[in-house]
Amino acid sequence: MSKADELAKKQKDISVAEFFERNRHLLGFDNKRKALLTVVKEAVDNSLDACEEAKILPEINVQIVEMGNDRFRITIEDNGPGIIKKQIPNIFAKLLYGSKFHTMKQARGQQGIGISAAVLYAQLTTGRPAKIWSKTGSDKPAQYFELHIDTQTNNPEIVKEEEIDWKKKESGVKIELDIDATYQKGDQSVDSYLKQTAIGNPHATFIYTNPKAEQFIFARATDNLPKEPTEIKPHPYGVELGIMLKMLKNTECRTLQSFLTQEFSRVGPQTAKDICDAGGLFTNMKPDELQLPHVEKLVEGIKKTKIIAPSTDCISPIGEELLEKGLRKEINAEFYTAVSRSPDVYRGIPFVIEVAIAYGGAQTADEPVRMLRFANRVPLLYQQGACACTKSVVQTNWRPYGLSQSQGSIPMGPLTIVVSLVSVWPPFTSEAKEAVAHYPEIIKEMKLALQEAGRKLGAYVNKKRRVADQQERVSIFENYIPEVAQALAKLSGTGKERIIECMRNMLEKNKEYIQAHKEAHKVEKKEHVDREGQISLTGFENDE
Amino acid sequence: MSKDKKAIEALEDLGKDLVKTVLSNKPPVLNVPIRALSNTMYNAKSQTLELGDKVSERNFFNVAHSKKFLQTLEVAAVSKDLLNEGKHASLRDVFYMIKRTIPNTKTNVVDDQPESDDAIEDLEVLSGYSREQLNINANKMGSVAGHVVIEDKGDEIDWSKLGSGGWSIPSNVEEIKFKKVKAKYVIYMEKAAVWERLHEDKFWDKQNCIIMSSQGQTTRGIRRLLQRLSQEFDLPIYILADADPWGYYIYSVLKYGSINLAHMSGSMTLNTAKFLGITVDDIEKYGLKKHLITFKDVDLKRLEQLQNYEWFKSNKEWQRQFKMMKALKAKAEIQALSSRGLSFITDKYLPEKIRNKDWIE
Repeated sequence: MSKADELAKKQKDISVAEFFERNRHLLGFDNKRKALLTVVKEAVDNSLDACEEAKILPEINVQIVEMGNDRFRITIEDNGPGIIKKQIPNIFAKLLYGSKFHTMKQARGQQGIGISAAVLYAQLTTGRPAKIWSKTGSDKPAQYFELHIDTQTNNPEIVKEEEIDWKKKESGVKIELDIDATYQKGDQSVDSYLKQTAIGNPHATFIYTNPKAEQFIFARATDNLPKEPTEIKPHPYGVELGIMLKMLKNTECRTLQSFLTQEFSRVGPQTAKDICDAGGLFTNMKPDELQLPHVEKLVEGIKKTKIIAPSTDCISPIGEELLEKGLRKEINAEFYTAVSRSPDVYRGIPFVIEVAIAYGGAQTADEPVRMLRFANRVPLLYQQGACACTKSVVQTNWRPYGLSQSQGSIPMGPLTIVVSLVSVWPPFTSEAKEAVAHYPEIIKEMKLALQEAGRKLGAYVNKKRRVADQQERVSIFENYIPEVAQALAKLSGTGKERIIECMRNMLEKNKEYIQAHKEAHKVEKKEHVDREGQISLTGFENDE
Repeated sequence: MSKDKKAIEALEDLGKDLVKTVLSNKPPVLNVPIRALSNTMYNAKSQTLELGDKVSERNFFNVAHSKKFLQTLEVAAVSKDLLNEGKHASLRDVFYMIKRTIPNTKTNVVDDQPESDDAIEDLEVLSGYSREQLNINANKMGSVAGHVVIEDKGDEIDWSKLGSGGWSIPSNVEEIKFKKVKAKYVIYMEKAAVWERLHEDKFWDKQNCIIMSSQGQTTRGIRRLLQRLSQEFDLPIYILADADPWGYYIYSVLKYGSINLAHMSGSMTLNTAKFLGITVDDIEKYGLKKHLITFKDVDLKRLEQLQNYEWFKSNKEWQRQFKMMKALKAKAEIQALSSRGLSFITDKYLPEKIRNKDWIE
């Protein structure tokens, strides 16, 4: 037997279970604590996306019950449009099945891996099937499924399937998963994730029961759904060789010219011709006949051609007003402000940066500021240090805005900073979608937004400080007066009360006196300048 | 009118003036003469340091001044009580007498003793009375021995019969009466250890003199006592200090007055004081070269300051000493003489120096 035959024997399909085992960290299942969060997050992300697509104000119920031995039952129910019977097995029990991967549209989910990975995780840790309820309308029957994933073939395995009566339910989906996990409070907990999700999604209501049987209701702050993002075609600048090959293979266009004008945004006949010229290609070449060297030339040609930036109406930012509202309802502070930048583009992909800050109130002053990061309204709880949001906060100088900050670190102060990125395709540092990648365009926009918010904060903080100083000054005098009066009374023999009264009167007047004194000082200064002006004028005359 | 009565009156006047300002609806202000080198002038004629006429205005209705204003008045009130009751308090006592938290605040009237000490010095310049006259005393520091009999508060004290400790010099020596003074001169030394050496060797008895010392800084009591011995009994005062800028400055303070207490120079300077040693020449003459301590940066800096003081500038002999020390870049302690034998200082060094009039003026 040849060596090649021997090797061929070992070569076989990798089962999804094996793939998952080896790559669970990429999918957010590194440890038991994170697994709990990831399962909730994937289900909630899907529910929000579904509700928004169907133009329904989301109301999402999350319940986590501890069943002992590190085992938890997670139930997530939404009021979305529901899923038709045929699709249920594929959506929940087939990895890499989804509708969003192929579109250029702002959404929370992207790869079609999240919720099925959660189902697989449940199956691998507890062996229990995923239970799914779905109802698509009040007049329609509800579907109930129990699903496994065939880990060899990556296909759904239907354990149980029946039509049920889901009373008092308009429409929506409910999923129940039993998983191995641990529950811990803190910044990276489900509690924190849902609270932040409520901030980033002020149009949604969440009802959450945590494993300690505490219930939280995060009520919506607005009844207006976010503007629906539209789907756009990719911009040539954002397409790399691999994707270009795939697009060429799949297109129905007959010529390179029509391929370029129809499959991309911002490419008209002239631009298409320019691209072909720059790449040394003919506009009438057939897309499916292009060889690799041609495709390389095509990509080169795109780089050399000036193409206007993509339209930016495809993204739907949270908006200054709503972002501030969201922050206001979940964080107890004394000053709030939000900044929404106009859209910009990285690698041909449009994005918008928004920043909000909440200052003072119940927040502690001598700790680093709290950072809340969002990508397409999804809170990012891990990898703070690796995130472009953090980098831009660190690179911003906060000292002029009244916070203390040492070189190269996050500022200190009673402050929460929200940095939100919305984009058709938010760039992450890894598949786990935990940190925004460091594109210079993105960091620049973030810093501009932070500076704008910072200036508003600075104005508030400085004003507050001035008022506090003034008050403290007055209170110093008020408290010192009786002490001074007592000593003076002893020295002079004059009654203490009389001295106190006189000094208090003076303090009352002194406030005005200081003001008047300042004004007088200003006038004096002005006169001085005038005189100087005069002197220089006469000097000039003398010269003549 | 007794001295105390006059001091009380001065304090009352201070208060009355302020009350008068207040009652006429003007902010109360204390004009405190500045006690710093910038406001110290050397009077070449009287050979003393005098306070200039620069004052700092301390307005109660100025946040930066309110506390100091209060401290000064507190000290004045305490002092008035002391004078009325005929009691004396130490600097530390006064600190505790005015230390308390101001109601409704987290601020104390004073936090450290230096604050109240400072307020007392301010009060001295404001009232024109020394703290001793205001019945506030510093700690006792320093010893004296010699054939002298004094009367202090009705007790008769013989400085020659006080065992190994000698008489400890109080902060206020104004009321002391000299009954008998039998001495040819006074030696004041910087170090208590050297005083003990001289005392053990009965130097004051053998040489018929008075020996006096303090530990480190020369207190006001000592300065006043030296001045009285010099003025009332015409005794020469010899200073024995280390051969370093700090030792030389001790001589400078005794002779010309100190910057900090320039307002009291008149009652304390000793224009006749003579610097006996250790001079830089002595280092060579008495073989101390091997027992020197190398200069640090601070020593050199201090030496340069000394060189530029107005009262030293015109003194050729002192400038010569400074120059030699600068070249030497080292200093010698009095105790370096012990390298020649424990009693070398009493048997040889001091008698020889005095006999040869080997001092600097």
